[in-house]
This record gives sequence, structure tokens and C-alpha cells, in this order.
Amino acid sequence: MTVEIVGAILLLVLTLYAILGGADFGGGLWDLLAGRAEAGRAPRALIDDAITPVWESNHMWLIFALVIFWTAFPSAFAAVMTVAAVPLWLSVLGIVLRGAGFAFRKEVDGLGSQRLLGATFAISSLLTPFFMGTVVGAVAAGKVSLDAEHSTLTAWTDPTSILVGCLFVAVCAYQAAVLLIGEAARRRDGNLERYFRRRATIAGTVAGALSLAALVALRNADAVVYHRLTGRALPLVVLAGVCGVAVIVLLVSGGSRGLRVLSAAGVAAVVWGWGIAQYPTLLPGTGLTLTGGSAPHATLVGVIVVTIVAVALVIPAFVLLFSLHGRQLLDPDAPPSIPR
Amino acid sequence: MTGLLHVAAGLGAVREVVPARAQMATTLGFHIILACFGIALPTIVLIAEYIGLKRSDAVAMTLARRWSQALGVLVAVGAVTGTVLSFEMGLLWPGLMRRYGAVIGLPFSLEGIFFFLEAIFTAIYLYGWRRLRPWAHFWSGIPIAVSGIFGALAVMAANSWMNQPGGFTMRAGRVVSVDPLKVFFNRAAAYEMPHMLLAAYLVAGFGVASVYAVGFLRGRRDHYHRLGFAIPFVLAAALTPVEFVVGDTAARAIATDQPVKFAAMEYVTHTTRDAPEYLGGVYANGHVYAGLRIPDLDSLLVGFSTHTKVIGLDSVAPADRPPVPSLIHLAFDVMVGLGSLSIVPLLWLLVAWWRRRSLPRQRWFWLLSAAAGPAAVVAMECGWIVTEVGRQPWVVYKLLTTAQAATTNGGVIATLTAIIVLYAVLGIATILILRGLSRRWRHGDEQAVAVPYGPPRQPMTVEAR
Repeated sequence: MTVEIVGAILLLVLTLYAILGGADFGGGLWDLLAGRAEAGRAPRALIDDAITPVWESNHMWLIFALVIFWTAFPSAFAAVMTVAAVPLWLSVLGIVLRGAGFAFRKEVDGLGSQRLLGATFAISSLLTPFFMGTVVGAVAAGKVSLDAEHSTLTAWTDPTSILVGCLFVAVCAYQAAVLLIGEAARRRDGNLERYFRRRATIAGTVAGALSLAALVALRNADAVVYHRLTGRALPLVVLAGVCGVAVIVLLVSGGSRGLRVLSAAGVAAVVWGWGIAQYPTLLPGTGLTLTGGSAPHATLVGVIVVTIVAVALVIPAFVLLFSLHGRQLLDPDAPPSIPR
Repeated sequence: MTGLLHVAAGLGAVREVVPARAQMATTLGFHIILACFGIALPTIVLIAEYIGLKRSDAVAMTLARRWSQALGVLVAVGAVTGTVLSFEMGLLWPGLMRRYGAVIGLPFSLEGIFFFLEAIFTAIYLYGWRRLRPWAHFWSGIPIAVSGIFGALAVMAANSWMNQPGGFTMRAGRVVSVDPLKVFFNRAAAYEMPHMLLAAYLVAGFGVASVYAVGFLRGRRDHYHRLGFAIPFVLAAALTPVEFVVGDTAARAIATDQPVKFAAMEYVTHTTRDAPEYLGGVYANGHVYAGLRIPDLDSLLVGFSTHTKVIGLDSVAPADRPPVPSLIHLAFDVMVGLGSLSIVPLLWLLVAWWRRRSLPRQRWFWLLSAAAGPAAVVAMECGWIVTEVGRQPWVVYKLLTTAQAATTNGGVIATLTAIIVLYAVLGIATILILRGLSRRWRHGDEQAVAVPYGPPRQPMTVEAR
């Protein structure tokens, strides 16, 4: 039971990272696609304003997920880190470039270097989720073996991994666009709201198509996980589909109530569907189960205690941050769309 | 053929250890400077804001605002370089994580909470300058300082556990039970935790003060520069004697806990009573060349008697001794030397204050103070060299060698090269940006600066809406 709780905690942290961190990555993608300096000014300013105060805090979910993974399931962690070393190093590179590009781009003088750093931020926002997605794809498709001594290229370049990588990018873009619709609406900027509504519709449709494609690819790569996904995890898969369709309907019809919640619920359903489809296997393709690959009992209890303390301390702090941000009491640099 | 492959794989593992260690040293050595500022700078900022609010001192408020702007840049870069380290734990040292992840992960997961709180409240503090009420804004900064301290303690728990592992039992190469409290409060934690925490305050305090000392030397001697110097300098200088005692205690504890590390630190070639102390010098083939030899002093320092027996490098087989004792010894000497020297400006300050109730006027004091910032960084890095290189060949002392922990993947040399280039650019960019901030402040056009990680342009003014 203890190990199931820890597994659920890990999934929960991953869900929060996918929802909160994912939207920040997607913001970078829309920054990349916002066009030339003049045309892209308004959306870039909105993106910047929306993610500047929160991205570092959102990024911490990744650190927390890594730490829980290696503490609770050390052998699986070591195996993933060995087999998928290449895409993981590329993700690290992306994280460094993204953070630095974002932090520095407004600090430098001159449009040229600002563009260079802005492009670094934007391109790495695209590459990081892609490579992280290939790692998750490799795990789901059963390409990570426990006793591997070397990274293997085929582990993360098979169709499932590539499709999951693309899916990650699309989901990030989709969530960011949904978030930015709300941000634009709060600033009563109809143009930007329509701008991101169009983009959310496209990204949502692409993400839906990619999910189906990844499901088909998974059927060939890992029949066990596929069957559980369409068996016991089916309610969650259906929920994800329903949420996705509902969001698209809302987007097209111009509604905005519940957009963010529905899109987040869809993403959460996908993450939990994956988790439940894998259960009780820790690494598909190996015999390693959650129980077999877990740390000793006291460590798992330690992780649960730390999580409870984290919930007690971090969640109220997050609520404070988001509510101050929402009431516009936090002010990165007053973009032009704020009425003065 | 299979046998041959195994040998080749084994050689591969050994070959990756050196670049993996170099990469860990580069990334940790870089991150630790940012971490020091992340831990201690919030306290310095809050002291300035407190003075500003209590005494309605506009200059102190300006200092607090500007320092928090610099803090924003440093925390952003630190968040990124800290993430690199988290990944490297698995990417470079999968052998360590596979075997001891369940143990060493506990302090790291606790650290995760404090990182979270630090990131969240840093955001609130940085972006709340304009619109939060003054005292509410001050209080939003307190959790940053507190979680910085506890986060540092959690990281040091993990590092000290590697030096004095305990709190778990193994069966057939697997950790089967763990005692979290004994992991966290291991033997080395008692001296490593305060030593590094104080070091962080010294680095940040002397670091910030040296900026204003340079300004003072260039003739900028107004209230702004005096206060900007005095707040961080007094804090750091007051902690210097404490650090001195803690460091001395740590060295003596290491003589007991990790005698071979201590032997390398002090060039104890063979186990002996009346062990001499060497200042400087180079170690080669069991001999010390060109060092200043003080008879019996090492024994005296270790056990308060010249007859104290000190364990030497010859107590273990050559393979179990740390590599390059010269590096460890010289790094130790530099750390201790700089630490002792930093008492001088403190005494100077006290004498000047006692005689005239003012900061010293002598140029030498300001030169020393300007050098204190870089010196504190050098001393802290030397300390890390002593503890990390001195622990070799072990990654977990006497339980797991660094070679066993290293990745079996080839190509670390490629990631090492990429990291060196990336971090060089990152380091230069960070320095240029801090200098750019300071230039703008001096020209008084901070209003025009769009700082993504800093407080807004017109702080403390009520916006007309």
C-alpha cells in the first residue's frame, strides 16, 4: 500500500509539472511563432507577463519529481538515466538555454542580442519537452532494460517515443494557449484573446490527433500497456477525450468559463491513464514491479511525510503566488496591455 | 570474447570517471557560488529593507531594491544550474543512485520543499515591490531567508552523509532498511552544516561589501556607499570568528572520522606522534618538497599535545589514498590562510569604530575589504576541493568508489566539453548583466530598465489607475 501511495505521489507531481510547467514551455513555443519583432510585440508581451513570475516555481515540480523518482525507485531511475542518457542530456541543455535565454533577454542592450536570446529561449522551449517526451515514450514502450550499461539510440527514436515527444510539444502549446486566452481576457484585450483562441484550437486538435497516433504506435511497441490502457484505464482515456472535445467546442463557440480547468483535467487524465495502465509494472518490458523496485519501507514513509509537509507548506504558498499574480499585485514589467 | 567485452566495459567505466568528476566539479563549483548568494543574500536585502522601513531611510530602501534585483538574476541562474546537478546525479552517477538513492534521496527530497518555498516567495518579493504594502512586502521576504538556510542544511546533510554514511542496513548489496533521522543527522553533519552555512554568509556578505569597497576606493563615499558597504560587511565580519572556530573543529573531527583525508590535507606521510605541520609545499613520492615545516604543530593542533598520534597516508594501500595530495593540502592551506586573514578587517573596523565611531579611512582597509569578496569565494571553493577530492577514491566513504558509481555510458567527454563552453558563456553573461545593472543604477536610469527578474521600474509609488 505504501508503495502505491508513493507511486501516486510521483504521478501527481508529474501531473502538476505537465500542467503548470507545460504551459510555460508552450509560452516559449508561441513566442517562437509570434512572427517579426513588430507584429509579435503584443503576444510576446502577454506571454512574458504571464510566465515571468511563476516559471521558476513551476519548474520546481520537475526537481521534486526527479528526487522522488530516485529516492523511491532507485534502480529504475538509474536504468532510465543510463538508457535514455542522450535525450536527457539534450533536455538538460534545453533547460539551461531556456532559463538563461529567458532571464537575460530583456537585460541585454540592442535588438540583435535580444532576438538571439529570445530565439534561444523559444527554440529550447520546443526542444526540451520534445526530448522529455521521448524519454517517457521509451519507458512506456518498454525500451528501458534494467541491466543496460549503455544508452541506446533505438530506445527513444522508435515511433512511440517520437510521437510522444511531439505530443508533449503539442500539449504544452495547447495549455499555454488556453492559459493565455484567460490572461488576455483579464486584460480585456479582445484581439489577443481571439489570437490565442485560434492557436489553442489548432494545438488542441493536433494534440488529440497525436494522442491517437501514439496509442496506435504503442499497440505495436508494448501490447501489455496498450491493452491495459484500453482496458482498465479506459475510463480515463475516455475522460481525456471528452475533456479535449469539450475544450474544442468551447474554443470554437467562444465560451471561456472552465477552459483552463477542462484542459488541465484532460492532461491529468492522460498522465493517470498512463500510470494506471503501467501498474503494477514499474518499467514496462522488464519484470520490475512497483514493489520489487521500491526503496525500503522507511524511505517510502519518509517520502510520504515530506510530501505531506510539502503540501502543507508549498500549496498555500502557491495559492498565495497565483492569487497575487491573478490580482495583478505582482508586476514583472507592466506590459502595454495593462490599462493605466 | 564475452570476457574480453567485460574487460572492455570495465575499462570504459574507468575511463569515464575522470571526465565525469571534472564535469561534476565544474557544475558544482559554479552552482555553489550562486547557491551562497541564494542562501545569504535575502538576509542582507531584508536587513536593508528593515532599516529603510524603520528609519524611513530612502537610501536603505534603494539598496534593498537594487540588491533584490541582483538576487533575481542570481536565483534564476541558480535554479537552472541546480537543475543540471539534479540530472547529473543520475546521468553521471547512476551507480550511486542505484545503490544508495533510497538513502541519499531523503535529504534531497526535504531540500525540494525549501527550494519550492524559496522560488515562490522570491517571485512574490521581487515582483511585489510596487504594489504590496511596505511591511507586507518585507514579511514576504522572510520565508526566502529561512528556507534558504534550511535548504542549505538539507543539501549539506546529503554531502556529509557521503563522508560519514550511516542510518541504513544492507543485505546482498541492497539497502533493506533506512533510519531517516540518522541519515540526516549523520556524524559529519554536525560540523559540515554550520561550516557551509556560515561560508555562504561570508561569500555573500563580503561579496556584496567588496562592490561598495571598490566604489569607496574610486571616491564614491556618500551615505549610499557607506551603508551598502556596512550592512553586508558587518554581518560577514561578525560571523568570521564563528567560522574560524567551526572550521577548526571540523578539521579536528576529520582527523578522527576520515584520517586519510586529513593525512592528505596536512601531508602526514606516515602514522606518527610529534607530527609536523607543513605550510605550502608539494608532495611527491612520499616526500614533501619546499614546504615550511613546523615541528610537532600538527599533533598539537589535532589533540592539544605534541604527542598526539596522527594517522598517515601509509595507513592504507596506495589505491585507497586520495589522488594529488598536493592539491588537497594547498587548497586547505589557502582556505585556512584566507579565513585567518579575514579577521584583520574585522579588528580594524572594531578599532576604528571604538576610536571614532566611523568606518576606517585608511586606504589599506578598503583594499583589503575589496579583496575580501573574491577571497571568500576562493576559500569556499578550496574547502570543496578539500572535502570532495580528499574523499577519493570513495564517493560514499569506505562503501562505494567513485569508479563504481560512474556512468557506464561513453561520451562524457562530449558533455563535459559542452558544459564548459555553456557555463563559460553563462558565467560571463551573468557578470555582464550584473555590471549592466550597476551601470544603469549609477546613471540613475533604473526607471527605464525592463528587468525580467527584478522589481519594477518605479518602486514604492502608487500607480494612478
